[in-house]
Amino acid sequence: MRSLDIISAVAAAAVFCAASSLAQAAGAPDLKLGTPVSAADIAAIDIDISTSDGVGLPPGKGTVADGAKIYAEKCVECHGEKAAGGSMYGSMVGGVGSFLTDKRKLTPGSMYPYAPILFDYIRRAMPMTAPQSLTNEEVYALSAYILNLNGLVPDGGSLDAKTMAAIEMPNRNGFIVDDRPDAKAVRCMKDCPPIKD
Amino acid sequence: MDGKKASRSKGVKTLGSGESALPSQSRRKFLASGAAVAGATVATGAGLVAARAEKIAVPPSNQEMGRPIDPKAYGMPSKYEAHVTRNRTDVFVNKQNWSDWSMTPLHQQVGIITPNGLFYERHHAGVPDIDPATHNLVIHGMVKQPLKFSMSDLMRYPSVSKFHFMECSGNGLTDWKAPKSKTVQQTHGLLGCAQWTGIPLSWLLDRVGLADGAKWLLFEGADGAAHARSIPIEKALADTLLVYGQNGEMLRPENGYPLRAFIPGWEGNVSVKWLRRIKVSDKPWHLRSETARYTDPMPEGKWRQFSMVMECKSVITNPSGGMQLHGPGLYEIQGFAWSGNGTIKAVDVTLDGGRTWQEAKLEDPVLDRCLTRFRFLWNWDGGPAKIASRAVDSTGYVQPTVADLEKTRAITGFVQHHNAIFPWSIAPSGEVANAIA
Repeated sequence: MRSLDIISAVAAAAVFCAASSLAQAAGAPDLKLGTPVSAADIAAIDIDISTSDGVGLPPGKGTVADGAKIYAEKCVECHGEKAAGGSMYGSMVGGVGSFLTDKRKLTPGSMYPYAPILFDYIRRAMPMTAPQSLTNEEVYALSAYILNLNGLVPDGGSLDAKTMAAIEMPNRNGFIVDDRPDAKAVRCMKDCPPIKD
Repeated sequence: MDGKKASRSKGVKTLGSGESALPSQSRRKFLASGAAVAGATVATGAGLVAARAEKIAVPPSNQEMGRPIDPKAYGMPSKYEAHVTRNRTDVFVNKQNWSDWSMTPLHQQVGIITPNGLFYERHHAGVPDIDPATHNLVIHGMVKQPLKFSMSDLMRYPSVSKFHFMECSGNGLTDWKAPKSKTVQQTHGLLGCAQWTGIPLSWLLDRVGLADGAKWLLFEGADGAAHARSIPIEKALADTLLVYGQNGEMLRPENGYPLRAFIPGWEGNVSVKWLRRIKVSDKPWHLRSETARYTDPMPEGKWRQFSMVMECKSVITNPSGGMQLHGPGLYEIQGFAWSGNGTIKAVDVTLDGGRTWQEAKLEDPVLDRCLTRFRFLWNWDGGPAKIASRAVDSTGYVQPTVADLEKTRAITGFVQHHNAIFPWSIAPSGEVANAIA
């Protein structure tokens, strides 16, 4: 079995302190528990988008204009006019270039490496008072409106699965893999440099 | 509960007038005291001089019946401990308290285990109340047979229990370069330690059968944020647990009842609470929660992503910010050390702001990726002092200073993964204050 192959490989690599768990896994009690489910059974909860390629984006379409109307109805109270910041949350517009300064401005436009992140997040979590209440068309429309405010969708434009996945986001290459440990402190005991005053 | 009597404003215990503060009798209370000592005992530079004690009366509790046993009840702490609370973040203040966090009173934690009612919280859309009879975990995606597990399915497996700390990646984010917080609860309280009970995730992945090419898992919660994270399969198979128990009882709602992931040594938010779905894929999802959030700013405008491990760290909890020492003499410095990469090998303490260090005593048990207590006896001469601890873990990693971390990271603004040495200053008045700079 593939899973056991992986388990063996990990064990061979002597992952720290994993041995006991793996030993248990190798001898996992075969209780035959769990009920088979089909894709149709779980369609309602299968909401994630593979954001780097857009797999999982549903059929449907939404326009910037519709997004502006839905935003005024369901989002503006917390996020403010034109997503510039409101009673609860800060701006969702701009910020490109700010990461080179000490005033980094994190917005969908400046931060997301892939546009479908916005669809995934709005659909799973917004509006905060009624999450998962929006239709896919409404999510596309809101995504189009917010990305329009960020200059990433034209005025009068719209989004669907294909066009959303095709947007080139400014921060596409902004991430590096975890390269820690990055600090190389030494265990000095005497005549050490003081902790910064 | 009657909590009005105790001092609650600063989270620091205050002694009542006349209560003995003799360190040898009640060192913990003594260190925690914020009040002038009005009793018959004083500490001097030369040591302790005890005045003649007053006659001790028979206490009222000897002269009356106590509370009877309730037929059924969940026991609560003494009303005199009502000031010991988990406090909502009050240095970095969110405008709403659904996507928010609360902090553990580490200075009042007297062992390595954090009581469930004091364990810090971080939610992204508040706390759901989930009926375990209706809760399911679905595992699907790149698997041979997608399955749905009920809670009773999961609890039929033999259980595994492990002691581990859990720390939020944001612990310490308000105090990198200037002292913004007063107490250790505010600086380090996104931390707790518990015994976690559940089953290895590898058992269920074995049951569904991973398809060729399976490399990442999505963990998704049943909360209003449907909080989700991408988890590499090596870690899922190595030591990730699905837990329903915390410190001998079922999880509290705020900590994921009835089911959460538990990933030892990694930042808390990847141990997704209210876990309802695991999807298997060949690549990570790059969700908002792992791109725009939970990433670390780096020089040249870059962001470090999937920085999951909580590196070796320690802090002195007694004495700590907001406390008051009462004159020169012997004090036991106490604190916690922990590492997401293994066990604590040593803790050193400095009394002079880092110029010289001495090794502290570690208190058993010293467990893998678990809070470890350390102790160091200090004879304070009454002069100004700057105390701090420095931990070394089993990989040989030495806890860095902020200056060490600043060599490689961008640390201005809302910045996570602060595992630096954390100093407290002691003034000749005995006042203990945050001395990060």
